[in-house]
Amino acid sequence: MTQTAVPIAAPPAGEALPRRRSRPSWAGWGFVGPFMAVFTLVFLAPIAYSLWISLFRTQLVGGTAFVGLENYSRALQDPQFWSALSRVSVFLVVQVPVMLGIALLVALALDSGRLYGRDFFRISIFLPYAVPAVVATLMWGFMYGTRFGLVGNINEAFGISVPNPLSPDLVLAAIGNIVTWEFVGYNMLIFYSALRTVPTSLYEAAQIDGAGQWRVITAIKLPAIRGALVVAGIFSIIGSFQLFNEPSILQNLAPNAITTYFTPNLYAFSLSFSGQQYNYSATVAIIMGVLTMVIAYVVQLRGMRKEA
Amino acid sequence: MTTATPSPAAATPRRAPAPRLRSTRGRGRSVDRPRRSVLLTVLTGIVLLYSLVPLAWLVINATKTQGDLFSSFGLWFGDSFALLTNIGQTLTYDDAIFVRWFLNTVLYVALGAGGATALAVIGGYGLAKFTFPGKRGVFAVVIGAVAVPGTALAVPTFLMFSQLGLTNTPWSVIIPSLISPFGLYLMWTFAAEAVPTELLEAARIDGATEARTFAQVSLPLLAPGIVTVLLFTMVATWNNYFLPLIMLKDPDWYPLTLGLNAWNAQAATAGGEAIFHLVITGSVLTIVPLVVAFLFLQRYWQSGLAAGSVKE
Repeated sequence: MTQTAVPIAAPPAGEALPRRRSRPSWAGWGFVGPFMAVFTLVFLAPIAYSLWISLFRTQLVGGTAFVGLENYSRALQDPQFWSALSRVSVFLVVQVPVMLGIALLVALALDSGRLYGRDFFRISIFLPYAVPAVVATLMWGFMYGTRFGLVGNINEAFGISVPNPLSPDLVLAAIGNIVTWEFVGYNMLIFYSALRTVPTSLYEAAQIDGAGQWRVITAIKLPAIRGALVVAGIFSIIGSFQLFNEPSILQNLAPNAITTYFTPNLYAFSLSFSGQQYNYSATVAIIMGVLTMVIAYVVQLRGMRKEA
Repeated sequence: MTTATPSPAAATPRRAPAPRLRSTRGRGRSVDRPRRSVLLTVLTGIVLLYSLVPLAWLVINATKTQGDLFSSFGLWFGDSFALLTNIGQTLTYDDAIFVRWFLNTVLYVALGAGGATALAVIGGYGLAKFTFPGKRGVFAVVIGAVAVPGTALAVPTFLMFSQLGLTNTPWSVIIPSLISPFGLYLMWTFAAEAVPTELLEAARIDGATEARTFAQVSLPLLAPGIVTVLLFTMVATWNNYFLPLIMLKDPDWYPLTLGLNAWNAQAATAGGEAIFHLVITGSVLTIVPLVVAFLFLQRYWQSGLAAGSVKE
């Protein structure tokens, strides 16, 4: 299937440049081989193993039995699984647009050239990305705290009672804020880098045509970075569905607000490492993997179709 | 499967010059040098404050004793200035376990992120510059695998590794860190542009082997991309929490992230000593190396990112 020099389905930039026909040869495998060998060991083998063990059930008495798709039907009727899934869905629908929206606005502001101290803005807003999720969560968790956190300070200073961010009602929003804080700068940089590759001649042409700032943004900048927007969107969706670190770490500070099935990943983790239910845990993880792929795929299709 | 690719590359206009030339791009816009706007600066300043205030909180509170942590205003210094005492205590508490965690992290980063970068660079270069049987399959499989949740991999990887006797050893953290699909993708897009095919053909005609062509012709051209990938794999490995959480039982092998969380959890355990001031000071010490790396190398990684990952 690769015997012709037709560019592959979605060539990265550069492949579409006119190039001499290169005969397919095995030389490329010399370079890609090492990556694929380790990839097989740490990605493909575990996925295959996961699929395999999801078809079994281990009982305290009677050992391991083949049960076919029983684990899957169990998951689909499992209220804890649905609760976790709906929680990350809400998270996805609210947090991702907020985060990407802020990132886009900042990127456009940086790119407009109208900011004082642009480089300072860019590097400072990006900095939280370098902070480990553990540190970010502990830090925000302490700040949320009513004991020695800012929330406590505010309550004291103004004699009011700000709702506790670590209460069961608000903890999801509190986590959304942590994730937004961590990744706004990262997404901003992705968008900003994409904006920088827009040819300046387009802006000159627009200026000659009398287009205003707003028109330049909607007619030139946004279409030009659509690809980056879709990529960032997909990565954010994947990230939301895989939410684990922040709730898991916050559990120490808010034990009553975060259940063992707070997110699907946390649920799968609890099932296997506290519950010893490896088979069912693998099933939950596989369902989430498939779901993530389907949604990422749909977003990509829709994102790309508008381009036409 | 190939449709899962997030590559939007094909349709948009493309500029010809090699990526490294682009660092001067900003100045090319002098035709249209807009007036600076105070309003816009102030509005963007809100996001800046949002990003920096928590970090300021962290640094300020690293200067407080545990007593002051509870009694003083969060965003200002307490009665005492205990930063050096806190750092000293952090480094020596519990037989200097923090230093051990720090060295573990350095080890995981050196081998994990270093190895991941090497594999991504040669792999990405292979994908960008060679046509070979199975290339489409490689792409589809790698991109598809990114969507698989961490736990889907972690649990079976844990079971596999425990059968191999690797859990609770550094290898259980290092080996899975060796793969960075994002790094591969970034390097692929970067190499496709940064290394002119003509140059490679010239080297081949001169009789150079592929390995030699790579090492002497391509590698120097790939430098900004390599720095970018290295920084991102470094962050991923330095900040990794989930994988070591599953793989490691023995605190002597913990990386910093796991150690800090253990210190924080200690307060909640029966008879455990609350050491919030050490958690905070330790957090500062944990983020300093990465922040320094990003600041010092920013010229390199930013040009690599602009030219590579999201080139339209």
